[in-house]
Amino acid sequence: MSILVYTENWDGKFKKLSFELVSYASEIAKKMNTSAIALSIGKVEESELQKLGNYGAEKIISVSDEKNKVLDNQAFSKIIAEVANKENSEIIVFAHNNSGKALAPRVSVKLHAGLVSGVIALPSDFDTFTVSKKAFTGKAIANVVIKSPKKVLTLSQNSFGLIETENNSIIENFEPELSDTDFTTELKEVNKITGKVILTDAEIVISGGRGMKSSENWAPIEELAELLGAATACSRPVSDENWRPHSEHVGQTGKIIAPNLYFALGISGAIQHLGGVSSSKYIVAINTDHEAPIFESADYGIVGDVHKLIPELISEIKELKETEN
Amino acid sequence: MKILICISNVPDTTTKIKFTGDSTEFDVAGVQWIINPWDELALTRALELKEKTNGKIEKISVVSVGLKTAEPTLRKALAIGADEAFRIDCEAKDSNSVAAQIAEVAKDYDIIMCGIEASDYNGSAVGGMLSEFLNIPSVSSVSNLDIENNDILISREIDGGAEILTTKIPFVAIVQKGIAIEPRIPSMRGIMMARKKPLNVVSPIEVENLTEFVSFELPPSKAACKMIDAENVKELVDLLHNEAKVI
Amino acid sequence: MNFNFTEEQEMIRQAARDYAERELIKDVLERDEKAEYPTQHIKNLSELGFLGMLVDPKYDGGGMDTVSYVLAMEEICKIDSSVGVIISVNNSLVCYGIENYGTEEQKEKYLKPLARGEKIGAFLLSEPEAGSDATHQRTTAEDKGDHYLLNGTKNWITNANSGSIYIVVAQTHPEKKHKGINVFIVEKDSPGISLGQHEDKMGMRSSDTHSVMFTDVKVPKENRIGEDGFGFKFAMKTLEGGRIGIASQALGIASGAFERSVNYAKERKAFGTELANHQAIAFKISDMAVKIEAARNFCLKAAWLKDQGKPFGVASAMAKQYAADIAMEVTTDAVQIHGGYGYVKEYHVERLMREAKLTQIYEGTSEIQKIVISRSILKG
Repeated sequence: MSILVYTENWDGKFKKLSFELVSYASEIAKKMNTSAIALSIGKVEESELQKLGNYGAEKIISVSDEKNKVLDNQAFSKIIAEVANKENSEIIVFAHNNSGKALAPRVSVKLHAGLVSGVIALPSDFDTFTVSKKAFTGKAIANVVIKSPKKVLTLSQNSFGLIETENNSIIENFEPELSDTDFTTELKEVNKITGKVILTDAEIVISGGRGMKSSENWAPIEELAELLGAATACSRPVSDENWRPHSEHVGQTGKIIAPNLYFALGISGAIQHLGGVSSSKYIVAINTDHEAPIFESADYGIVGDVHKLIPELISEIKELKETEN
Repeated sequence: MKILICISNVPDTTTKIKFTGDSTEFDVAGVQWIINPWDELALTRALELKEKTNGKIEKISVVSVGLKTAEPTLRKALAIGADEAFRIDCEAKDSNSVAAQIAEVAKDYDIIMCGIEASDYNGSAVGGMLSEFLNIPSVSSVSNLDIENNDILISREIDGGAEILTTKIPFVAIVQKGIAIEPRIPSMRGIMMARKKPLNVVSPIEVENLTEFVSFELPPSKAACKMIDAENVKELVDLLHNEAKVI
Repeated sequence: MNFNFTEEQEMIRQAARDYAERELIKDVLERDEKAEYPTQHIKNLSELGFLGMLVDPKYDGGGMDTVSYVLAMEEICKIDSSVGVIISVNNSLVCYGIENYGTEEQKEKYLKPLARGEKIGAFLLSEPEAGSDATHQRTTAEDKGDHYLLNGTKNWITNANSGSIYIVVAQTHPEKKHKGINVFIVEKDSPGISLGQHEDKMGMRSSDTHSVMFTDVKVPKENRIGEDGFGFKFAMKTLEGGRIGIASQALGIASGAFERSVNYAKERKAFGTELANHQAIAFKISDMAVKIEAARNFCLKAAWLKDQGKPFGVASAMAKQYAADIAMEVTTDAVQIHGGYGYVKEYHVERLMREAKLTQIYEGTSEIQKIVISRSILKG
């Protein structure tokens, strides 16, 4: 028996969320008296693979075929299921991100395993195998029982944290049985914005709403984001008006994020918006309307004009940074 | 080419979420049901493609797993412009069984579109499972889908950008924000035409549920917001630095 | 008795609500401020079929029933009753009149583009010295053999500028009094028609209202609706249906103000607790709800009678009078609940209050409705 965790890489590197996943899988393994095995697909250096051991992976299986550079749902899910069978994995853990959402359902069908996506904690009961997850876009928490012998979970980002352990890991290379017909999607083009903090990775997110008044007013938000190493985001009306790209829209129908700190600037905080950001550790709200619902969900609030307050915020943070240095 | 859109019937996004039966069941009393927002955008995109490709798409169908209460939602999809609807006559309880049910209808289609998740149970699962049951390609996080000549062009969102991919029909596209700008509002003509379009009720197949929602809780309520005077931005920065320790 | 709406009626209500909440809300304040006509909205709503929703599909209409119409009007007028009145005049006065009393040729030529919303209609009855009093028409239509010659002035005409097809009521045989009145379909670009200036109204400022002057305007004989002398009856019959439109509009204004008040009362705190927890406010909310529910039932009953082919003139008069009067009361209370915020434009309720006032005045004042109702009771 084992717990298998699929750790995606980004140009050969892992991220904090990869380590969070391994930490989570290792904790489950501990409770079930078994071991956690990490699976990496694509070219990753051994020194990078080793890092997964710091979070409790006892074995790291690497499928480093060049063919697996781009996510192909059919090929990848086939590899993962093959490894899960080989390792007799009872539980397979994915991240609740783009690739996890793409692969976990396919793998669950291959293994005839019940899937719970977006789990937010360790199973509350291992006998019935009950896990909790957010439902109704953050408006409720659901407890779900998985009845099948094998189980697939996707873990919500930043819901568990990191647990470092002694590294006793071994790395094993594996060559899955794949033929060209297993690859069914072909990459034509990649468009990547470089040099910007990625929204779903960001520890701090600076988000603007309709109160920003127009796309021309985004410079202070960008400046604040750069100062704090933060990502920029926006509310739905802003992306609907094309002031900002759709990829920046956070909320129920956009991206669901869980940073440490979320700045809601000129965002009134409609229930649909809150659904996307309520898992943030701290929320700061600035709004001219003292009755804006965002203040109900915020930790710190200022009633005032964003256009005046963001520049002040920038200079105060600059001052803080100078005194720190 | 034939397109199938998988539709979930979900509570309106502004619904106040409550539970009954000792917190074991979602309280549907007074709930306004809508088409799951992403599914509605998928349908919008399918209609755009049908208009744009001039006869290449012969049919757009919609399917939903649910009891009779799901019919208004399907009827609305027909009024918006779908040609045919299927309702698989059982309760949608578990992603795996929903996908297995839909697979029975979906096998006759070339492009199958599913929303990235349903806004009630946030499963993000049915599309992927369906593609596996059908053993066909799937592409997730799809923010654009186009048909040019005979090529399928898909834009898939990745962290910090997008990939342009191509695949062969039949396939499942799991779509998200960006696939279409805004859902359509049914016109009087559409509503009238929907009267005559088929809404087929399909008997469910035998399939087991692998998961079960056993209970619900409301998230813990947040402590009151600490209000800071607009003249004192410095205090906010101090609090973030010293109290929250996030900057 | 069956109080259930059909799936289709619900769908129409939702479609109207979606359009109002998604689109009309965006610029309703600005259009009110600038008294700007909602050109793009009317185009969009035409494409959705609202401008001719009651017309038979064979004349390019939506073929919907009057109950659906009430639901749609309520939803649209919760947000924007300027748009509501444009739809109401086109549907329940102009299209209704031509569809029910016009010839096939008239329907082909005029009803179809009106039902598609490509052309907008206006109903020209009121005169400077006779509001909605159809018996004392000073505008004349002189019979010239193959045509009529129109002379006179019409006042308070909704869609006068935006519309291009006029329904004009005029006197042909003054000696026969109201039995000498005729009604005509007149194209606005006919020589001899000129518009007075845009009326600077208190409310419904986004709909265009003008006076219209006729100087020797030639109208072909085939543009007369009905037999010679049918005009008065035509006006009375058409206004019966029009009243359902305005009643639903008043209902929408009231329920729009009500919804905003409820939200406000639940959010806003005073004396340490939400407004809603003060009985003075809670009872106001209760009174508003009761009035609105009664008005809604009046509107739906009148619509149902019309859909059943039963007489609905008195029911629509009751609906119009009651809904308009309670719209005024409810919006006044809504402003009161909002306090200072209610008196500024951003919160919408002052605008709804200004709009409510007009529903007590046009298409028959509340007093006129009382005449209609009382006569129906006392005449026998």
